Amino acid sequence: MIPAAFAYYRPTDMAGVISLLQEHGDDARVMAGGHSLIPMMKLRMADVPHLIDLQAVGGLSGIAIGSGGIRIGAMVTQSEIIADDALSTAAPILREAALQIADPQVRNMGTVGGNVANGDPGNDMPGLMQCLDATFSLIGPDGVRDVPARDFYEAAYMTARGDEEVLTAVTIPLPAGGYAYEKQKRKIGDYATAAAAVQIVKDGDICTAASIAMTNLSDTPIFSEAAGAALIGTSVDDAALQAATDAMQGDIDPSEDNRGPVAFKKHVAGVILRRAIARAWSRA
Amino acid sequence: MKDEVTREERIDNLKGMGCSRKRVEDARFTQGKGNYVDDIKLDGMLFGDFVRTPYAHARIVSINTEEAMKVPGVLAVLTAADLEPLGLHWMPTLAGDKQMVLADGKVLFQGQEVAFVVAEDRYAAADGIELVEVEYEELPVIVDPFEALQSDVVLREDLVGDGGTLPDGAHGPRKHHNHIFTWEAGDKDPTAEVIAEADVVAEESMYYHRTHPCPLETCGCVASMDKVNGKLTLWGTFQAPHAIRTVVSLISGIEEHNIRVISPDIGGGFGNKVGAYPGYVCSVVASIVTGKPVKWIEDRMDNLMTTAFARDYHMTGKIAATKEGKITALQCHVTADHGGFDACADPTKFPAGFMNICTGSYDIPTAYLEVDGVYTNKAPGGVSYRCSFRVTEAVYFIERMIEVLAIELNMDAAELRRINFIKKEQFPYKAALGWEYDSGDYHTAWDKALKAVDYDGLRAEQAQRVADFKAGKTRSLMGIGLSFFTEIVGAGPVKNCDILGLGMFDSCEIRIHPTGSAIARLGTISQGQGHATTFAQILASEIGLPADSITIEEGDTDTAPYGLGTYGSRSTPVAGAATAMAGRKIRAKAQMIAAYLLEVHDNDVEFDVDRFVVKGAPEQFKTMKEIAFAAYNQAIPGIEPGLEAVSYYDPPNMTYPFGAYVCVMDIDVDTGVPDIRRFYALDDCGTRINPMIIEGQVHGGLTEALAVSLGQEIAYDDMGNVKTGTLMDFFLPTAWEVPNYETDHTVTPSPHHPIGAKGVGESPHVGGVPCFSNAVQDAFRPFGNRHTNMPHDHWRIWKTAHDLGLHD
Repeated sequence: MIPAAFAYYRPTDMAGVISLLQEHGDDARVMAGGHSLIPMMKLRMADVPHLIDLQAVGGLSGIAIGSGGIRIGAMVTQSEIIADDALSTAAPILREAALQIADPQVRNMGTVGGNVANGDPGNDMPGLMQCLDATFSLIGPDGVRDVPARDFYEAAYMTARGDEEVLTAVTIPLPAGGYAYEKQKRKIGDYATAAAAVQIVKDGDICTAASIAMTNLSDTPIFSEAAGAALIGTSVDDAALQAATDAMQGDIDPSEDNRGPVAFKKHVAGVILRRAIARAWSRA
Repeated sequence: MKDEVTREERIDNLKGMGCSRKRVEDARFTQGKGNYVDDIKLDGMLFGDFVRTPYAHARIVSINTEEAMKVPGVLAVLTAADLEPLGLHWMPTLAGDKQMVLADGKVLFQGQEVAFVVAEDRYAAADGIELVEVEYEELPVIVDPFEALQSDVVLREDLVGDGGTLPDGAHGPRKHHNHIFTWEAGDKDPTAEVIAEADVVAEESMYYHRTHPCPLETCGCVASMDKVNGKLTLWGTFQAPHAIRTVVSLISGIEEHNIRVISPDIGGGFGNKVGAYPGYVCSVVASIVTGKPVKWIEDRMDNLMTTAFARDYHMTGKIAATKEGKITALQCHVTADHGGFDACADPTKFPAGFMNICTGSYDIPTAYLEVDGVYTNKAPGGVSYRCSFRVTEAVYFIERMIEVLAIELNMDAAELRRINFIKKEQFPYKAALGWEYDSGDYHTAWDKALKAVDYDGLRAEQAQRVADFKAGKTRSLMGIGLSFFTEIVGAGPVKNCDILGLGMFDSCEIRIHPTGSAIARLGTISQGQGHATTFAQILASEIGLPADSITIEEGDTDTAPYGLGTYGSRSTPVAGAATAMAGRKIRAKAQMIAAYLLEVHDNDVEFDVDRFVVKGAPEQFKTMKEIAFAAYNQAIPGIEPGLEAVSYYDPPNMTYPFGAYVCVMDIDVDTGVPDIRRFYALDDCGTRINPMIIEGQVHGGLTEALAVSLGQEIAYDDMGNVKTGTLMDFFLPTAWEVPNYETDHTVTPSPHHPIGAKGVGESPHVGGVPCFSNAVQDAFRPFGNRHTNMPHDHWRIWKTAHDLGLHD
């Protein structure tokens, strides 16, 4: 559990980060909290000759809530998400989800930016950000660009981020209606057996908008547009719940691991989604 | 002089037996001031670590160390070829087998040690390991013991004679080249006859999965060979330092007086640190070769994948009873998967440990047990994870068989237990499989437990829950887990318990200082059990000096008397007895001194708490503090100066702690998630020395029981790859997963132990595993469940529900 030798850099501005990335290309990786990358390096599953620590880079912190949306700096930790009362009022699903990530010690180091940029299908924030229709800001040698969370993930650990780009912030439209982040895991610190993020808007007894994303049930997070659509225009009765879970089942593609075989995961995914929808609907 | 302190105050001042004295160890542990093996740093110390095979079964074609030796800081790379001239490429195991220290031509399990890289620090060693080139030729992998017994593939060519003959193993004839031993207890034919003619017979097969003790501190050592004086010092995570010294002497040829083994603070053992590992041998050799101290410390994956596992027992049972539920016979067969080498840590005459305690707490007149040990391509081990030798397996077996019999009889499982318990008046009780239970009062404990949890009320609630479930009002089921266990601990009597010929006595040596304080040294070694606290309490009550004035020291073979170490809950039953007996020798001499000082005959004084008083004249007394001083400054006719004693205690019998546990669990049928609502644990460990430490031991043991029963396993795929090699997949519960435990007790002292104590550290694990498992299984009993195997993780619980049609 000792990593191969690597050079450690701690630049103080983004220009320094970008120039290191340009100089070392594939051989360099940026690190935020390090809670995904460092274990992989210790297992010698990730070979990172040049490690660029973002802790000293300015401009990556802070949570800003405006009328147009919420901006979360990439280096904001899960603990900061949990502690921010204004954020919990504006987008309570973030706090509910962050509390289900790992344990307090990990949350003190683990960042939103690292969680969404790493591309690990087990991470909770990517699915959540797809549910919330977040946008990721990337900076690179050619400047700044925005990529919707729903277009960001390509495969396990493969994302739309270029090798010379850094994810700097997440922007979220102000969510409306009821919410729920429901997660089944084997123990504290585990990735999800299945998890569902749900935002739902109610007008009278009718659902007018619904957004659903699933975690750790494919090699990427799964935004299930069809599952959300199945709820819209309904009173979220049993038939609608069934239609939504059926639609979700068509989008996920879980694989067997120590948490269980595919049939179990699909079944649990359905149960978790139903519960998430029910809880979100009760809060809508 | 008037004695102004009351007798009660004098008793309190001693903090002796029965006192919830705070642990004296905790001051350093809670401040990060413990001294563990990895805290030891010596001048010029080197670091060694292993190249390990990724294959579970392969021939070694070649090993090239050239590139590794070029890494700055790498000093040597040892292979079997380097150890062979010393005769150290193989080593004996505690089970009478031998084990490769470094791969000798082939490897037999994933993670097996292939080469030992010695470097100036652990970082250079890690880089060196990456560059050792090993060419393997893969061989067919066998991870299933039943397949192993059918297969033409020979795992251990070294155990096959010329022309394919099979020499006997350490425990008699072998049936197949992958077979290790057959071990029997009880009466085969009479048992079969009773079963054939019984009213009711319940049969069940169960697999007690492979798991791992996973102590927080992994295994490790520091070897330091002083070439000037010829002395070897070996610090290590040893649960049995004296036995390690003897083994090291036997295999290295270094005379035993030139070896000093030291177990410093140990961060949990649970059986994992009883045996000898290749890391110890390689560190010693590397220190001899380099002339410098060499440290070896496992990482977590090394520990989980290679040092001793626990369980892996495939058990098949038949239990016979009258139609009224009186058990008449029990039959058990075990296929025991021991991995690539037989490195179980059991008393030598017991290759399946004390599995023959599997008649449990019940008066079963006829029984038969047969165990077949088998080699596979898995890591060696088979240690007693927080239990006395294989007792957890035995208790799990009988407590499941009782539940299955209750189903067969359509009877309440609590009542079935009650009508079959050994009765109080039957003790000492000679069991059908050979043991003589020293004492017990099972009915009292059982009734107290069932009353405490309102058992009848729970059953009524459960029935309502089943009705609600069937009516579609809930998707949650309720399980009531019962377990009643009898342990067999305190190994053990030298007449039948030894390890490699070393009798399993234990020892205590006491020195009273002139000012009335003392040091006592024992042959055991605490790994978190609190020996420094409790053994001082035993002595305080025995010799009348305050526990706070008594230092307890263990683990240094140059100073401590010879003992067999700490495992199998043997410290209190054996070393605790030695402590009391040594204390009584002190007291006997103190009595003579007191009589002299009081100018009366020896028989005219009697011991009273912290002093000797003249019989009938309690105002005339000498305190133990005064007597201690006199022992060192007065010339007393006929009595040597000083006040010291040593006792080597050979217990006349094992002790048999018991307990009654109840678990109440709600199970989410749709997700397989269990929620432990209540856990009640009544333990009878005989005389209770420190109730607070007992409670802590019960909490810890129950938590490890929860882990094992609900998810903790070492799982292999068909290629022999370990699937659970990190704490992401190997379940180690945190405070979050652990329920509140309610503890309770009865007290049935051991009649043969000097203070009546029986040992408690492992009871909660032994009783807890079947209790949690029975709760899961009981929830599904109304729907036709008979038995499902542990670990009951979410998907397996879900599968039980699914297979019973509860998701339809």
